[in-house]
Amino acid sequence: MRSRTALLFAALTLAAVALFLIDLTVGAVAIPLREVWAALRGGEAAAATVKIVRDIRLLKAVVAVAAGAALAVSGLQMQTLFRNPLAGPYVLGISSGASLGVAFFILGAPLLGLAGHGALASLGIAGAAWLGAAAILAVIAAVSRRIKDILVILILGMMFSSGVGAVVQILQYLSREEALKAFVIWTMGSLGDVTAARLALLLPAVALGLALAVAAVKPLNLLLLGEQYARTMGLDIRRTRQLVFLSTTLLAGTVTAFCGPIGFLGLAVPHVARMLFRNADHRVLLPGAALAGAVVLLGCDIVSKWLTLPVNTITALLGIPIVVWVVVRNKSIC
Amino acid sequence: MIRLEALTLGYGPRTLLDAVSAELPAGTLTALIGRNGTGKSTLLRALAGLGPVRGGRVLLDGRPLDATPPQELARTVAFVTTERVRIADLRCRDLVALGRAPYTNWIGRMQAEDSAVVAHALDRVGMADYADRTLDRMSDGESQRVMIARALAQQTPIILLDEPTSFLDLPNRYELCTLLARLAHEERKCILFSTHELDIALSLCDAVALIDPPQLHLLPPDEMIRSGRIERLFGSDTVRFDTSGGFFRIRR
Repeated sequence: MRSRTALLFAALTLAAVALFLIDLTVGAVAIPLREVWAALRGGEAAAATVKIVRDIRLLKAVVAVAAGAALAVSGLQMQTLFRNPLAGPYVLGISSGASLGVAFFILGAPLLGLAGHGALASLGIAGAAWLGAAAILAVIAAVSRRIKDILVILILGMMFSSGVGAVVQILQYLSREEALKAFVIWTMGSLGDVTAARLALLLPAVALGLALAVAAVKPLNLLLLGEQYARTMGLDIRRTRQLVFLSTTLLAGTVTAFCGPIGFLGLAVPHVARMLFRNADHRVLLPGAALAGAVVLLGCDIVSKWLTLPVNTITALLGIPIVVWVVVRNKSIC
Repeated sequence: MIRLEALTLGYGPRTLLDAVSAELPAGTLTALIGRNGTGKSTLLRALAGLGPVRGGRVLLDGRPLDATPPQELARTVAFVTTERVRIADLRCRDLVALGRAPYTNWIGRMQAEDSAVVAHALDRVGMADYADRTLDRMSDGESQRVMIARALAQQTPIILLDEPTSFLDLPNRYELCTLLARLAHEERKCILFSTHELDIALSLCDAVALIDPPQLHLLPPDEMIRSGRIERLFGSDTVRFDTSGGFFRIRR
């Protein structure tokens, strides 16, 4: 069992590194791996190649790694906390909450005659997404304390998403073409919109979220048995909830803010990790899901560049079969 | 040792137990019996620190429950709930190891001593051979034993169990209760479990705690049989209690 775990970690790491390099070669202009390497190392390469690799593709690949890991870890935490295999930032409406925040910011601010620039704008988008995600999470948590039925929580998440969709449409309807276009492109999900300035905000936020998730590993393991058992084993349930919510808000909120709503990854990847590692221990699952998330999003990014399609269409098409498989296998979830 | 001092418990507007006092010493197995909805679970949950106490107080091993911090409480009392635990990919050994949570560090690192406690706990409940099995591939009786091993791994002087026999077949019910009796006697634990099996309660336990709302009566089994309380509480038009045999008969 130990060797299987070690082997899987090695394989996933290798896959991540390989896909990371491939991701740098793929794009509007195909750049051979040798030149990519040269550009990265500061060796002999055309100035344009160096620019493309370093300023565009490297940034995008780093974002893919961070976003993939962040979404997978937030999904894993949600699934354990709500003891629900179908929980995830997207299904529970947390991504929608973040979207609403961003919609208010991108569409609402111009309506009010406010327009931010550069760093202020990125901070505004992130802040709005965090607020939106945290608000939805708070409501879901409050309801789930009273109502234990998984179905109700899922339906609630769907209703939130629909409600948010309606509000966003109203905002879109009222908005001018320019803001509208910016928002529509944002909703398609893109790893490429992240500038170096935004990366400086995204990376620390994701790192902090992941650190909080690591701090929650033992509580999450105890929560496998449910809240009651966890409490009788000395767990401070309120602190744990706060910790996990803060972590999830940072992870899912930040990624949604800068990359748009990337669906299904947070829901599906934890299941992939469980399937691979055949282990329920979060000391294994958490790094496993993070790595798998990075691998999956890098892969999706490569495919989306090949087909020149938005990345969230690829994650959805890839994620849906996994989710269907989980539902079919887990007939007893309700 | 569990000591109730004028304990009052309620649920919503109802008072279930009113100023109840009792003492359950170490090294005894006590069955908690009573009709549906009389507060067996409420009492167990309150003793485990999960439910509210309306009045009076609970002393666990001499310490007041409400003055015991959660970590300390987890080293004093272990609880096995009615919930059936079915977690895919969770091996028995890892589940029992969760019982070491009050003793391990922030990430739950197991020391050699912790592993030894886990192995011993699995051995005590006769599940040592199942250590590497996952929970979703075990019968109800087996998983119940593993949950008890988890409680043992917590190394608490007090263990509470809420209807541990409810999903088990007849031989398994008796085996489980004999196991509990052995643990109480050999490891000097104070074990209290709720049950609807009056015959088990009256034949295998050291004491029987009967909830006769809003009172609690704690008596040895033979005295409980003679007291006539069981007939009064559980007897009906269809069944009557046979005081000489200690079991119920259908009225004809």
